[in-house]
Amino acid sequence: MPSIIDLDHVTVSFGDLTAVSDVLIKVEKGDVYGIVGYSGAGKSTLVRTINLLQQPTSGTVTVAGTPLFKDGQPQLAGAALQEKRRTIGMIFQHFNLLNEVTVIENVAFALKHSKLDDDAIEAKCTRLLDLVGLADKADNYPIQLSGGEQQRVAIARALANDPEILISDEATSALDPQNTNQILDLLKRLNKELGLTIILITHEMDAVKKVANKIAVMEHGHVVEQGDLKEVYLRPQAELTRQFVGGSLAAADTLKAFHLGQLGENEQLYQVVFSAQTVTKSIILELYKQVGVDVSMLYGNIEVLGDEPVGTMFILVTGSADQQARVEKLLASYQVEVTKVDGGILA
Amino acid sequence: MSELISKYLPNVASLGWSGDSGWGTAIFQTLYMTFWPAVIGGLLGLVFGLALVLTKEGGILANRVWFNICDKVVSFFRAIPFIILLAFIAPFTQLIVGTQIGTTAALVPLSLGVFPFFARQVEVALESVDRGKIEAAQALGATNLDIIFDVYLSEARAELVRVSTVTLISLIGLTAMAGAIGAGGLGNTAIAYGYNRFNNDVTVVATLLVLILVLIVQLVGDWLTKRLNHQVR
Repeated sequence: MPSIIDLDHVTVSFGDLTAVSDVLIKVEKGDVYGIVGYSGAGKSTLVRTINLLQQPTSGTVTVAGTPLFKDGQPQLAGAALQEKRRTIGMIFQHFNLLNEVTVIENVAFALKHSKLDDDAIEAKCTRLLDLVGLADKADNYPIQLSGGEQQRVAIARALANDPEILISDEATSALDPQNTNQILDLLKRLNKELGLTIILITHEMDAVKKVANKIAVMEHGHVVEQGDLKEVYLRPQAELTRQFVGGSLAAADTLKAFHLGQLGENEQLYQVVFSAQTVTKSIILELYKQVGVDVSMLYGNIEVLGDEPVGTMFILVTGSADQQARVEKLLASYQVEVTKVDGGILA
Repeated sequence: MSELISKYLPNVASLGWSGDSGWGTAIFQTLYMTFWPAVIGGLLGLVFGLALVLTKEGGILANRVWFNICDKVVSFFRAIPFIILLAFIAPFTQLIVGTQIGTTAALVPLSLGVFPFFARQVEVALESVDRGKIEAAQALGATNLDIIFDVYLSEARAELVRVSTVTLISLIGLTAMAGAIGAGGLGNTAIAYGYNRFNNDVTVVATLLVLILVLIVQLVGDWLTKRLNHQVR
């Protein structure tokens, strides 16, 4: 099946400045694709090529089978481009609602060129506001709403033309944690219930961990790492990914800060990363019972990725070389990721 | 009342109400010279102000040539002092209204005098509309006309009313100079029948009437601005 969004070697330059450099991203239908990076990394510029708010300098942009940009030329313009854009919803950090019209008029603005008659438009707008839980605020002005509510209006507006894709450009960055969670829950629900494909740009890794299933990490216009969220989380390659994603490498950082000392003669340090759903037995207890080694846990942490709890722990195993070998064998039989860690990080 | 006026403001009373030098005539002429230039110059200013914002670099119709043309036209007319503009465009006035003197003749220079001022004010007002709103509208598939009417003009409406108030008041100021081409009005009354004849009472009353006019415009403008604004500022 072809990807719903295919960014192929996309580059965006402004004079000497290259904001986006040779980026390849494929988004499958139904994905929640997180794009993280610090501000200025080129995330916003990159996603704006998806609806041609930003023209690439080179590369190919294909959305739902329609080429939007190819061979250095935009493939759609005028009315055709406007029509295509209606199939790609977008929400923004500062909501960008029209302040001089009411909430329902904001949603109706998106339907200005729809073939529905006035009654049908009103019914649809009411239904959309209901979907985001704001039916009772239809006749309010945006300024009378909280930030989270305004963003939900923006979501209703973005969904008005039944898009298959929703681009969220730092949509939760201006919100407090409670509102952020509400918006993320809403996005997740829309993804599940409507099968909406979501591109989530953010500098907050927590947002991505909560809703995304795929992730790309950007720096200086380059995608430094991308893939399945859990995969990237468990095995981050780039330094930047470690800063953002945290995960196992961050756990090692935490451990380092304790300066616990040297590893003893018969001691070995392991890092174990596991999905809390697949591990039902107590690893520490099993190691003691089956191998007879002394196991102490130095660090443990569980984070939720999407719906899946993923844990990281560092265990110190005391036992002979023979026992250590059996420990490794036993650990390998569980569905866990085991890494032998150099004792140096304890110093 | 009329006895009091005759006693304390003899020169004011002697001008009478109607007739060429009457107060009623002068008030009507000032209103006439404010209204039509406000409409014509206002529309011209709005069009040029919009054009400046839309064709500017980064605007939705960015076009360097058109922007420069509009920009230079506005700057050119703004640079000419109004009293000189009155004389400078006399042949053009003749062409449009068939005469170079009188109240109607003043409408042409007044319109041309006020439009560049208004155009710059409109430009500033429209630029106060957050670029994000334009971008959001584009992302929704809005046409350029949608963006002009539903985003720029609608979102900046309170600001547009505010700058219109400022412009209208400045236009009332310009009408006072139109006496130079025989257009009459309160300004002319103050100068020609008051100052030039040492009739200070006439000057004072004419000034007061202009002040009242300005005050009414200001109050209505402020009220409308407040009424139309649903944004925090």
